[in-house]
Parts: sequence; structure tokens; C-alpha cells
Amino acid sequence: MSTPADLYYATSHEWLRLENDIATIGISNHAQEELTDVVFVELPEIGRSVDAGDPTAVVESVKAASDIYAPIGGEVCGVNPEVSADPSLVNTDPYGSGWIFKLKVKNPAELSSLLDAEAYAKHIGH
Amino acid sequence: MELLRHSPLEASHLALGAKLTNFAGWQMPIQYTSIMDEHAAVRNAVGVFDISHMGQFIVSGSGACAWLDGMLTNSVASLAVGEGQYTLLLNERGGVIDDLILYRWLEDTYFLVVNASKIDEDFTWLSQHLAAGVLLRNESDAWAGLAVQGPLAASLYQKIYPHELLPPRNGIHALASGEIVCRTGYTGEDGFEIFIPVGHAASVWQAMLDGGAKPCALGARDTLRLEMGYPLNGNDLSPDRTPLEAGLGFFCDLTKNDFIGREVLLQQKSEGLSVRLTAIETIEKGPPPRAHYPVLASDGTQLGELSSGVLSPTLMAGIGMAYLPTAFSKIGTSLFVEVRGKKIAAKVVKKPFLTSHRSQSTTPTPL
Repeated sequence: MSTPADLYYATSHEWLRLENDIATIGISNHAQEELTDVVFVELPEIGRSVDAGDPTAVVESVKAASDIYAPIGGEVCGVNPEVSADPSLVNTDPYGSGWIFKLKVKNPAELSSLLDAEAYAKHIGH
Repeated sequence: MELLRHSPLEASHLALGAKLTNFAGWQMPIQYTSIMDEHAAVRNAVGVFDISHMGQFIVSGSGACAWLDGMLTNSVASLAVGEGQYTLLLNERGGVIDDLILYRWLEDTYFLVVNASKIDEDFTWLSQHLAAGVLLRNESDAWAGLAVQGPLAASLYQKIYPHELLPPRNGIHALASGEIVCRTGYTGEDGFEIFIPVGHAASVWQAMLDGGAKPCALGARDTLRLEMGYPLNGNDLSPDRTPLEAGLGFFCDLTKNDFIGREVLLQQKSEGLSVRLTAIETIEKGPPPRAHYPVLASDGTQLGELSSGVLSPTLMAGIGMAYLPTAFSKIGTSLFVEVRGKKIAAKVVKKPFLTSHRSQSTTPTPL
């Protein structure tokens, strides 16, 4: 699976898709490959305000629980009930139906701290 | 600084795409492709695990049986040649130093398989208590090991070794080619463990893969053993807990003359246990339980913490074990497991967790 070119990436392996002032966040294909067997996703509460780097969701595989960090600051304005019902979507469709939460972006300037697809691919050694 | 030890099969693990982890000072595979898939292969077909990290001792001499009976909880004297048993090595307080499998290989020669994390401690302890006329050798560096587990394990064995006997349950058999085969395991499935002189470990491993066994690693080994309620030393067993508290009284022969820790066990037996290792299953959807998560009574009082916990791939429910006050260890008792501040409803269940395996006796091999 290639690294989609239209997304922003965090070095902690989250991706972010920006549509107007709403950011959709999930974890990269590389991250789901490292985790394997995602069996539980803990979603944040709608309305919660987070800063860049705050642990916001938890993805659990059989072997470990991993924090998912907010790549930028904002207010949680959506969560994906599908990954709650079927956590394996994070493995099978990490950039699509396996998305985890949405943020109403506070400060778009924060996006400049994230990586583009090429830089992220380099970061994971591809 | 202690250097990480390496399995003789490490190159093969890396070629198979294994993720490696530090386990008990050994660099070992934690998973190849998926813990779920590896787990299912062992429950439904056959899997092969590298267990080269485990330790092997050989005890021999005319006094071996009597000496071992003074060191271990189970009845060594009751073993016929070719038989093995799960047993425990205790300290003077009745606490568990290690759990191991002892096989009576020859008339006066015993083969002991011990936990990787306890090889040095066990060997030191046994050496300090050695009796005249008994020879104790640590052969851990000489043997690689594979655990071949699953309903198809026996037919795989017959395919690879058509002229050799597969010993009966818990038995041991030395092959003409130098390997030692034991009909034991740590998964609850039929299968065998084969100990191989290090030099030709790779060829036996390859034969198992070619014969259709799926390579399986420590992650699946942990989910498989926990579904059976088998303890893992360091998690569920400790020098501060007795085997009676751990629910392993079946493997302690209190009628035999004497063994280290026996007085404490007798006293506990007469006074009753204040804590018991209790099997817990979550009854609502939630995050998987894991070791060290708090276990709470239904009124919210903390009773203890999980010694092991995992999402059972077979049951798709959270399962775990915890030392709890006896009053809370009764089957059906309502509890909570606390995960990141949230209370997940759970209850005490009977071991093993896997009901379809409840007819089998529980004879775990240490990890």
C-alpha cells in the first residue's frame, strides 16, 4: 500500500486529511502493520478540546495498547462508530473506513509541523 | 551489561518476517504475521514455536530420584521410565522459584525443562542443595527446542519420523538421530516438544515448516496458554505465592516424605487459603485486560491486579487471572477490571477459559 499523497503525516504515525476546517485523523498503513490485529479502538468524546501531541484515542492490538495523538490542536467533532464495531477496519482500510476521529481545526498554521507523504515515507525508511 | 542471547534459528525467523522482542534476555520472535492467525493455526491445525530459550538440566545417579523428591513438589518416585510430570521448585517459604517439567528419561536419569528466565537461578539453587551421589548438569546451551502444537501435530510427527515412536501424553522418547521428543506443551492442544542438539536445529525447524506447520511466536504462545489458564512464571507465579494459592495443588504431593516448602503448604492447607489465583472473564465489550490492571469488587473496592490478561482470540472476550481474596474467588462473582480509569464488568469463571478444553487435565509446560 502506498502512502497517499494528499494527506499530512505525524512522525508518531497518524495521518490527517484536511477538508475546509475539518481534519480527519487515522493511523498510517505502516502503523497498522506494526500493530497488527487491532482488536479495540477507544474513541474520544465529542467536544473535547485537544492540543497537538495530546493522546486522544487508543488503538489496541492483541499485544499492546497504543496512544493515538492529535497531530494538531482542535475540538473533537466526530468519531468513527464503524471502527468501534469492527476494529479490524484499521488494519484493512487504514486511510479510508478505518479513520478514527475528526477535529475542528483551531490553528491551520500548525499543519506546517506535519510531514508530507514523501517525508513520511522517508521517516519510516521506505 | 548482559548481552542478549540469540536462538540458533534467528536467521530463519528474520527471513520469515518475524518481529523480534527481548524475552527473558533472549531475542525471540513475538509474532510472524499475526497473533490471531498463529493462534488459530494451533487451535485448528498445527503450529511450530521456537522454544530454544528454555533451559534443560540433566540429573543422574543412583540418588537422583530421592534427591529430586526433596527438591520438587510432585512425586518423582511415581514416574515410570519414559514418563514426565509438571512440577514446582519452591523456596523455604513455599513460594514458587520455578515451574518445570521433569521427565524420567532413563532408570536413574532425569531431564528437566525450565523457564528461560530462571535457568541461572534454578541451577544455583539446585547446586546449593545437591546431595552426594547425584550429578546435575546444565545443558541449556547444547539444546535448541521446538514446540509443535495442534490437532495435526501427531500426524506431522509420523510423516517426519515414520520409524519413531511418538510417546504417550507427558512421555519422553530419545530418537536415534539424537533429538529428545516429549509429548507435552503449553497450548492445551495435542502436540510435542522436540529438543535438538543445537547444530542441526535449523534442519528440523525446516522439516516442520515443510510439513505444513505454521511458524508461531511468543505472542500466540501467551494467548494460547492463558485460554487454558496455564500460569506464566514471573506473571502468575512468584516467590511470594505458593502453588496452593496458584491453584496448582494437584501437582504437590503433600503425602511424600519431605520437600522444600512442604511445611508451609501443609499449614496453608489446614488453615485455608486467604488468596487464590482467580480466572476472570470480561462480560461487556471493552478494551482487552492486561497484566497489572486493577481488579475491583462490585462496590468499587480494589481487590488486586491482573497477573496476566489478554483478549482471547477464540472467545473474543477479555480473560485474565488475579490473586484475589478467597471470598471473591468463587465462580460467578461479579467484579470489575479497571482500564484507564474505566470500569469494565467481569466475573469469576472456571479454568480453563476455553470450555471445549475443560475435559482435558491441565499439565502446562513452563514458557
